[in-house]
Amino acid sequence: MPDSPFPALRLRGVVKRYEQIVAVNGLDLDVPTGTCVGLLGPNGAGKSTTMRLLTAQAIADEGEIEVLGYELPRESKQARAECGVVPQLDNLDTTLTVEQNLVVFSHLYRVPRSERQAAIDRVLEIANLTGRRDTRVDELSGGMRRRLLIGRGLIHQPRLVLLDEPTVGLDPQVRQELWALIDRLRSEGVSILMSTHYIEEAERLADTVMIMSHGHAVASGKPADLVAEHAGTEVVEVYGSPAKLAEVETEAKAAGHRTRRTGTSVTVLDASSNGYSADGVTRPANLEDVFVVLTGEEIA
Amino acid sequence: MTGATATHEQLAPPPVRSTRKLHRFERSAIGGVLVREMINFSSYWRSTTFSSTIEPTIYLLAFGFGLGSFVATVGNGIAYEDFVGTGMVAMAVLFASAMPSMFGTFVKYQFQHTYDAILAAPVDTEELVTAEALWMAMRAGTYGCAPLLVAIAFGLDPSWGMLAVPFFNFVAGFGWSCFGIAIAAFLKSIDNFSYVTSAVITPLFLVGGTFWPIDRLPEWAQVLAQMNPLYHLVELVRHAAFGFEGWADVGHLAFLVVFGLLTWRVAIVGMTRKLVD
Repeated sequence: MPDSPFPALRLRGVVKRYEQIVAVNGLDLDVPTGTCVGLLGPNGAGKSTTMRLLTAQAIADEGEIEVLGYELPRESKQARAECGVVPQLDNLDTTLTVEQNLVVFSHLYRVPRSERQAAIDRVLEIANLTGRRDTRVDELSGGMRRRLLIGRGLIHQPRLVLLDEPTVGLDPQVRQELWALIDRLRSEGVSILMSTHYIEEAERLADTVMIMSHGHAVASGKPADLVAEHAGTEVVEVYGSPAKLAEVETEAKAAGHRTRRTGTSVTVLDASSNGYSADGVTRPANLEDVFVVLTGEEIA
Repeated sequence: MTGATATHEQLAPPPVRSTRKLHRFERSAIGGVLVREMINFSSYWRSTTFSSTIEPTIYLLAFGFGLGSFVATVGNGIAYEDFVGTGMVAMAVLFASAMPSMFGTFVKYQFQHTYDAILAAPVDTEELVTAEALWMAMRAGTYGCAPLLVAIAFGLDPSWGMLAVPFFNFVAGFGWSCFGIAIAAFLKSIDNFSYVTSAVITPLFLVGGTFWPIDRLPEWAQVLAQMNPLYHLVELVRHAAFGFEGWADVGHLAFLVVFGLLTWRVAIVGMTRKLVD
């Protein structure tokens, strides 16, 4: 990729209100060209609203949004022409075949007539659906449909791809398959913004992760840096009766450690520093610890 | 994923393109939405064609020959079955445009999320609404001719003026489609559609002139008829079949054009409110 004079995506102080709710509350976000940024947050953190703002399907009340150097909402059509969108909700035409769905989007994305067939063949190849081109969408498996949904967003070879919860509701092995697909895109230099609430997904695919809560960023950086900063290198998980867990929490807090509760245990973060010890299982800190501590939400 | 290395290169985005400036109304955006409708249509055209041919045939048999056995001629000596056959064109247009666009728009918006996908592409609400209405208008323009063909098969004399009927149907169909889209945009639930069909669309027949001439109706009904797009199309089609009436027909056509322009803008405003937060 040639060096781009502007980031693929740039948001400053973006606010979006719905009646009483502030869905996005002063969000700053950068996606440098050629990187994959993971937008990680619990349900209701404002991830989907952020995604809608980027295609001008929602209009920000305050702040600046630039997509591929185009200013939104004024130049959003131009921006949309150059970025690919993979929605969270499957909105394929289910009574059409795989290929017909791609034909429609090759028109919507202005793929020139002479390049149309090649573009469709390329996407079928990427999505591993070449043998299914004449299958009706309602006869595809869930994983195939999601691959088609991703492929559809790549029909015009976009420089920026917006993925909204790309693997939500899929089997683990299907998810792995999609990760391989997304990872390939990333290795090709396509800029990616991906919202997700799967920690592992963000950890594996994203160069940088931004953790969102209540409409704004609570932390952002490389996954490993975030872990080191907010959860240390090791954590201790202590199991026991509710009374014991409460005791451990109090002790840990007194010693200056952050803790998180899971159903049956307390996890004491940054356990290796200032010699904290407790009877528990020591394990390396991970992004989930950071997520839970910063958003106050457990992972389902 | 298999075959990753084989297609490695193909994934890379092309060098930064000198993209041309996109305009407010893009022919290719409207074309894209039309292509979607046409491909979809290829999977259900048989049933649509069947019902739009059978329905006028049944109406023509029921009214034309049933009621026609009591009423020989209407107005200027037109045979009653010819009167109904031509009048039903406007009804066919209404049913081929207002109804499908009401329900179709709601389904595509609410259940299939089709419009979310289209608006994420370089297509604006204005283009989307225009394309959908154009498509329905083309369909209505075509299917609206079915009753005329059925009537001809039952003995109506063909005339050159009838060649203008698809065009009149198209103009009226565009207005009705936009009307349907606007209804879908402003109503919150599909259950409320029955209020529109029973309180708005059905009464239009009363003062539409399809089955009986409106000049025998009370004066208030005649005034209402002047505001009824259905009536203006009925008149245009009858005059196309039995002889145009100069400025009166220009007036009927002008009414339909204004109806189309107004509903078009209302539909765009309504859908923008619905689709863009």
